Amino acid sequence: MSIQYKSIKNLTSMLQNKEISHKELINETFTLIESKMDLNAFITLNKDAAIEKATLLDSKKNGSSLAGIPIAQKDLFCTKDLRTTCGSNMLSSFIPPYSATVISNLENAGCISVGKTNMDEFAMGSSNETSFYGNVENPWGKNLVPGGSSGGSASAVSSGIVPAATGTDTGGSIRQPASLCGITGLKPTYGRISRWGMIAFASSLDQAGPMARTAEDCAILLNEMCSHDNKDTTSLNEHIPDFTKDIDQPIKGMKIGIVKEFDLSKLDSEVVKVFEESKKHYESLGAEFIEISLPNISLSVPTYYVVAPAECSSNLSRFDGVKFGKRCDDPKNLEDLYIRTRSEGFGDEVKRRILIGSYVLSAGFYDAYYKKAQQVRRLIKNDFDEAFLKVDVLMSPTTRGPAFEAGSKGSDPIQMYLEDLFTIPANLAGLPALSIPNGFVDNKPIGLQLIGNFLEESKLLQFAHNFQKTTDFHLKTPSGENI
Amino acid sequence: MSWETVIGLEIHVQLSTNSKLFSGGSTGFGAEPNTHVDLIDMGLPGVLPVANREAFYKAIRFGLATNAEINQTSSFDRKNYFYPDLPKGYQITQMAMPIVGKGSIKIDVDGSEKVINITRAHLEEDAGKSIHDLFDGETGVDLNRAGTPLLEIVSEPEISNAKEAVAYFKAVRQLVTFLDICDGNMAQGSMRCDVNVSIKKEADEELGTRAEIKNINSFKFIERAINFEIERQIRIIESGESVVQETRLYDSVKNETRSMRSKEEANDYRYFPCPDLLPVVISDDEFNDIKNNLPELPDEKEKRYISEANLEEAEAKIISSSKTMANMFEEACSKTNDSKLVANWLVGDVSALLNSDNIDIEESKLSSNNFAILIERISDKTISGKIAKSILEEVWESGDDVDNIIKDKGLVQIQDESILEEIAQKIINNNLSQVEAYKGGKDKLFGFFVGQVMKETQGKANPKSVNDILKNLLNS
Repeated sequence: MSIQYKSIKNLTSMLQNKEISHKELINETFTLIESKMDLNAFITLNKDAAIEKATLLDSKKNGSSLAGIPIAQKDLFCTKDLRTTCGSNMLSSFIPPYSATVISNLENAGCISVGKTNMDEFAMGSSNETSFYGNVENPWGKNLVPGGSSGGSASAVSSGIVPAATGTDTGGSIRQPASLCGITGLKPTYGRISRWGMIAFASSLDQAGPMARTAEDCAILLNEMCSHDNKDTTSLNEHIPDFTKDIDQPIKGMKIGIVKEFDLSKLDSEVVKVFEESKKHYESLGAEFIEISLPNISLSVPTYYVVAPAECSSNLSRFDGVKFGKRCDDPKNLEDLYIRTRSEGFGDEVKRRILIGSYVLSAGFYDAYYKKAQQVRRLIKNDFDEAFLKVDVLMSPTTRGPAFEAGSKGSDPIQMYLEDLFTIPANLAGLPALSIPNGFVDNKPIGLQLIGNFLEESKLLQFAHNFQKTTDFHLKTPSGENI
Repeated sequence: MSWETVIGLEIHVQLSTNSKLFSGGSTGFGAEPNTHVDLIDMGLPGVLPVANREAFYKAIRFGLATNAEINQTSSFDRKNYFYPDLPKGYQITQMAMPIVGKGSIKIDVDGSEKVINITRAHLEEDAGKSIHDLFDGETGVDLNRAGTPLLEIVSEPEISNAKEAVAYFKAVRQLVTFLDICDGNMAQGSMRCDVNVSIKKEADEELGTRAEIKNINSFKFIERAINFEIERQIRIIESGESVVQETRLYDSVKNETRSMRSKEEANDYRYFPCPDLLPVVISDDEFNDIKNNLPELPDEKEKRYISEANLEEAEAKIISSSKTMANMFEEACSKTNDSKLVANWLVGDVSALLNSDNIDIEESKLSSNNFAILIERISDKTISGKIAKSILEEVWESGDDVDNIIKDKGLVQIQDESILEEIAQKIINNNLSQVEAYKGGKDKLFGFFVGQVMKETQGKANPKSVNDILKNLLNS
């Protein structure tokens, strides 16, 4: 029996009923991975260790909750003794001596990490085209981008190789590729999941999250990924509920906000049509719609492109060729070592953002850019606080359109930055948000975004699960079949 | 023309916490390179700092002792610059919201008092160390020190000369050692300072252009560097040129300062709030606990020594001037009821030895415990004061145990009066002509007999007993 496209729930019951052994499942997974190498979804595979762990699980009587579930890990999480590149030449030989908390949490729950997925370099990109390790293909079409930066993870789940993957989301890096690859992806509340061991892009925005076929699987994964971690002072010390508990509850009478300032008239009419149909569907499930104004939301993209580069310019300073990672050959002196190591080690997009970030933090510009951006960020957060007094969730398209062709955004980075128009606000406000498949445009999947209030992942998952119970967009495979 | 000097000091005090400011790494000194380094100190990808509250507690003690504003909520910023021994490419420091705000400290210069205002004192992590001379053509990096907590104490530019600067540095050192927040060990770099020096005409309101001399770690060098710098700046201005704002290094071998980098070459540190660390909030309970358990400060000790131990003000001042000296005094006083005796020894013989060696009490081989034993042996009459003096000199050289010296050299005072009487009688019998002269009115000869007995007993006789016995025998 093929394991392709099976959900976590399916696989768990197959393992428990001994329809398949742990080792068989992992072997099958690697067969699938190897048959889909042209996707370029993985940078590094973890085959030997994965098979070893599966063999060990077969010899045990009682496994933990996710025992034996194969999972693909975004190559931004440090994995002990397993190369972690962050999509960069700079770390092409970096083998961390420790694992990220979220990796440990998942592995302790029984998950088997099968490999490290491709991604935009240091998570900077929306198409996976900035990876040093080459483009990732979207399973839905040759030469289509999978989105980014968690493009490898999205492609791996979308192609049915693995039921689950980890992603990180700084401005949409889970939700946008989920939308473009037709899967479900959740960015939790900032601080829900420890950042210990996540290679930092923009520390105040970065958040890890699950990517899977269904909202239910995302809830199962989230249960294990969250923890209060005293190694991360921004990790929240809040009650962690069972995220699966309430997903079946009906949403009748609950309120969905539509953001007035998200101007859909500029989008492709097909995209708008899909969105309108989803609204109707939620109405049929008993939800009410309210128009909500978020007056400062139009400032999100410029605000983000000050805050994120500023933090990245500082976070990436440690890659200097002195202690770990790449070092240029035969440096003449210290300055030469720095300049050539960083020139050779970083790609153009990373350099661009380091330059922007250094500029906005420099003496004389700090107040006009960084400080101002932080003030705007506070205003955006306040807008959301107001909105959630009136509604349970906010709804929008996740992306402006479906997957585009590699190279089609040309050389203008602003065009690529606008990809994240709908996703960035949730990061700036630290709010949970998810993307679920809600239709097709030109036979390519597209996603619906739901943004929730602080710590209300459960409610988001409830809305998403109710939708998925009554639709089949998430069950379509690229070959046009239903799972 | 008369020139006025304006000096401000930035003193870096290494806080004596067990672990580093943002990691569990050890702060121990002198370990093999790169052995006191954990993932965080290395700045590995993905690691995050966690603030060490103990460092905050120690900083707050300093703030309370200098009557400073304490910011119970303080935060961290990043100071960005590249250097091989700076693992993250930025230093985490407190720029916008330091833990300690405005305060002040009293200094004493040749007997007159002056108050120096302190602008702020903030926490920051130390960098590692670059080692240039061990590897041919290569530089080694030792990260043992990276992440060690520092309290940077910034003074107002209110110091007028090198002497005052040294007095200020000494006052800060005295305070931090009494507060038990720093070991004050300058040789190991536990205290270092940057000195800002400028000169101006007396009548001028505006400050002159300053030069910053980096990283000086001895009183002597502070004084010399400042004096060199003042002369240099005067020479420049009087020759019609202007001082450039720059960072300079003091070369103690050549006794000169030289340019390290000019203002144009200076880094733009691109400070911004560290997004990895939330502001640290010290609760009222924590704050009050620190306040109520503040160690006794030099001023308080001085007053107590006068009122409780009946010391003279001058004695009390000297003894309370250093924590080690005060500890010695208190430990020795626990062994005797005669606090005056203890004070006399410290202010007298011990201070004389310190002066002649030109060292601080912390650098001497005399331990607090050994000194207390010496005092105890004087008090219980095991040894005479004269013997004690020679023992002190020996301990001063060797650091040996007082009791061992007494035992090995048989220096125990002869207490048995019958033995002393026997010796005294022998001396009298052997010096009959002197006895005759004494009895004939040459009173001064009494000292001769005392001296002879002491010589015979190798100084081990109790002088008072000898006096009594001789008087008896000679006057009978």
